[in-house]
Amino acid sequence: MADVLVGVVVFPGSNCDHDTEYAVASFEGVRPVMLWHNEHDLKGAKAIVLPGGFSYGDYLRAGSIARFSPIMQEVIEFARKGFPVLGICNGFQVLLESGLLEGALSRNRDKKFLCCQTNIKPVNCSTIFTGQYKKDDVLSIPIAHGEGNYFAPSEVIESLEEHNQIVFKYTNAAGEVTDEANPNGSLQNIAGIINRQGNVLGLMPHPERASEKLLGSLLTDDRYSSPFTIISPESKGR
Amino acid sequence: MPYTAKIKVTLRQSILDVQGKAVEHALKNLGYGTVESARIGKYIEVTINEEDSLQAERIANEISQKLLSNPVMENYSFELEHVK
Repeated sequence: MADVLVGVVVFPGSNCDHDTEYAVASFEGVRPVMLWHNEHDLKGAKAIVLPGGFSYGDYLRAGSIARFSPIMQEVIEFARKGFPVLGICNGFQVLLESGLLEGALSRNRDKKFLCCQTNIKPVNCSTIFTGQYKKDDVLSIPIAHGEGNYFAPSEVIESLEEHNQIVFKYTNAAGEVTDEANPNGSLQNIAGIINRQGNVLGLMPHPERASEKLLGSLLTDDRYSSPFTIISPESKGR
Repeated sequence: MPYTAKIKVTLRQSILDVQGKAVEHALKNLGYGTVESARIGKYIEVTINEEDSLQAERIANEISQKLLSNPVMENYSFELEHVK
């Protein structure tokens, strides 16, 4: 069977696009295809990743200009049809600006750009992106952002909870959700959320930077896994 | 004659403005004890080539909502000025 194509969008200012390409290519049965921001062609991709970086220099607001790029018009339609879309870091910001996910990301609580290792845990393990995880897993995964402070009005937070849309939370090494373990001030330690239909996931941490054992794999034990295992429904991961 | 829309975008009061906080602390450190707070926003000037002020106002509102501000965390306001 031919490889399933996973599109990796490249905006001017993306800087995790090749890491993402590398991570996608590491899975059997899946092949990355790069998609330039100025195009309308998804090149047959069956899943799409919006990578990290500083699309359009983060001018105005992170993700705000990328959201109106030609490729995003196709990605938005693609997502609405139910295909999987994963947004990492700046990609998460683009998904929020697009209205595919609810809420916004503001400046980190402590003003700093944070580039460090964090712990997160999957709160919802029944999504197409997180099916390989178990509820008690603690994933060690890097973050690198200045605007990752997740905010949404209280009614949105309640609705996210009610529909099990909070997928990842920042925790300490023991997997406890504490304020000390919250790197950026996100409401409820939210690190990643999914849309109601369950096909669009955004998260601030960088799974592609934790997809090599050499760099420290995502799970603290020896299993090799990442949100990438699932970005193609046909891919079974390893 | 075109209009200039002078648009201000500010963070909602409920959102922590970390830049504003840093400036507020700096002002207090400079000895301005009566400074109570500082908040930072964006100022954007957009020239709109419309004859009709109502049409210019409609466009200024639309672009503020669509691109220039994020209604989840920001408010906007603007003044229209007739360019002579």
